[in-house]
Amino acid sequence: MATIGFIDAIRQALTEEMERDPTVFVMGEDVKLGPFGATRGLFEQFGPQRVRNTPVSEAALAGAGIGAAMAGMRPVVEIEFASFFYCCFDQVCNQAAKLRYMSGGQARLPLTFRCVYGAMGSAAAQHSEVVYSQFLAAPGLKIVIPSGPAEMKGLLKTAIRDDNPVLVFEHGRLGFTYGEVPEGEYVLPLGRGAAKREGSDVTIIAIGAMVPKALTVAEEMEKEGVSIEVWDPRTLVPLDEEGMLASVAKTGRVVIADEGHLRGGAAGDLAAIIIDKGFDYLNAPIKRVTALDVPIPFSPPLESYVLPDEAKIKAAVQEILA
Amino acid sequence: MQASLLPKEQLLSMYRMMVTIRRFEETLRDLFFQGQVPGFVHVSIGEEAVPTGVCAALSDKDYITTTHRGHGHMLAKGGKPKQMMAELFGKQTGYCKGKGGSMHIVSYDLGILGANGIVGGGIPIATGAALASSFRGNDAVAVSFFGDGASNEGTFHESLNLAGLWKLPVIYVCQNNCYAEFTPTSESTSVKDIAVRAQGYNMPGVIVDGNDVLAVYEVIKTAVERAKRGEGPTLVEAKTYRWEGHVVGEEAFVGEYRPPEEIEVAKQRCPIVLFSQQVVATGFIDEAELNRIAGEVQREIDEAVAFAQSSPLPEPEEALNDLFAQ
Repeated sequence: MATIGFIDAIRQALTEEMERDPTVFVMGEDVKLGPFGATRGLFEQFGPQRVRNTPVSEAALAGAGIGAAMAGMRPVVEIEFASFFYCCFDQVCNQAAKLRYMSGGQARLPLTFRCVYGAMGSAAAQHSEVVYSQFLAAPGLKIVIPSGPAEMKGLLKTAIRDDNPVLVFEHGRLGFTYGEVPEGEYVLPLGRGAAKREGSDVTIIAIGAMVPKALTVAEEMEKEGVSIEVWDPRTLVPLDEEGMLASVAKTGRVVIADEGHLRGGAAGDLAAIIIDKGFDYLNAPIKRVTALDVPIPFSPPLESYVLPDEAKIKAAVQEILA
Repeated sequence: MQASLLPKEQLLSMYRMMVTIRRFEETLRDLFFQGQVPGFVHVSIGEEAVPTGVCAALSDKDYITTTHRGHGHMLAKGGKPKQMMAELFGKQTGYCKGKGGSMHIVSYDLGILGANGIVGGGIPIATGAALASSFRGNDAVAVSFFGDGASNEGTFHESLNLAGLWKLPVIYVCQNNCYAEFTPTSESTSVKDIAVRAQGYNMPGVIVDGNDVLAVYEVIKTAVERAKRGEGPTLVEAKTYRWEGHVVGEEAFVGEYRPPEEIEVAKQRCPIVLFSQQVVATGFIDEAELNRIAGEVQREIDEAVAFAQSSPLPEPEEALNDLFAQ
């Protein structure tokens, strides 16, 4: 197993899937150059037909991905930053999500959207949002949020092979992380979460880039005699309810760490599921550690005040243990 | 184009299609008023020459996207009145098993990549189908049908730019029926002729009489040939008129918003009457033959209604199927 970067994992997944299936192609703004590295070199390897630079036209881009998918291709559409999804919300939520269902199951949409999400440090409100919770309210979309390089590679490969629209959210800060990733064929199923660390006192359900933060907290608190399990759902749709509830049953205490907002966010959605289906397991209220309900601000002290971090996760754990 | 330049069978088939669309929608309108059809429906009565002329120039493997006013496009691309009517009734035997209804009635097997309840929603999707075709050497063309209203949507402009840039085998058919919902085009659109917008996107913009089925056919045939040669997209503005309201039953709430004389003048140029005259003038088709076809169409529509009426409603739990492909 090699240690590679998060971005390398994306590039490996794309390269391998493009080599494997000639109907896979990537398009998006600047994918030819690949300024952030994920698509760098693909143009040289696969040529202009399969690595398509597009205008800054998110609606046309998303819609063209839908049409190409329905007409036999397997597009990977890059939307650069998650907030740009708002520019093609109709195509994603009204079209991609619904066309199969509205047609009584006739349409097949093997379509992957990739984007960078989350706060990367003073990128301000329109380049720092998680956005994925918006899509939880749009049945028909799969939502994938890798927490590290191995998940990134394994989940992206599966997303590309899926015959449904899949949205893959890649945290900008994870772009700088490294980890062990199996070489060659390595796929992770959608809808299967993973305990990134076993524990018995508290479950921290951590989404995407909150996973490494939760692991840091868990290691730190182990020294204080607290045994924490870190559960990575990996995909919000489909959701591994069974795995998540098994972890809750084991510990009886839950903190949900998500960089999205508190209201209408993924953390609240998961909490509601736990209350519905696992109320009897709970020995304490569920705590949500999320961004505060304001747009993500620019200035560093404002930004860090708003965002969830290790200290806030730790405080939440302590609160439900008290 | 002279009617005599086309084979008799093709002329009769065009006539049959226009009458089918007309009878289908007139019947649908009546059924709606009788309370037999749930939801709401938009009809394209008076605009039959556009879908008929366009689809006559397409092959089975070509793609279309259509709109909320899409029964005509669906029929012209090969949709069967029975399964269409059943869908409009919300029945299990409909094309979409009752999950789509009037605004979303589609058959992917026929190359219909979606009717759309969102104005302009299908334009980038057709563009994407053309992109897929370009991978295969432009073996199929994609046609996006949309109205004058959609030409003011961002998706129109973004898509035309993309298709013009990549020279995609796509034809944008703007079926300008003079009204976007309840607002006249003149009050919503910066240009008199939507076709001129093509200039901004490096493609030909063609205006055609949308009530002349042969003219529409000829223009689309040229656009298809251009697309298959790899020369890229065409914007066609088919000028026509919406005889009926935006939505069937609107009289109950909307009030008068267009002069009755305007509607009467438009009806003087009924595309079916105009075509009948052209066809009969060829000398090798007579009115009796046209009447025979109209009778056959009426029977087909009656059968479709009976099929829809007698078909079962879906089981409620059917609502949970078809979200994801396995």
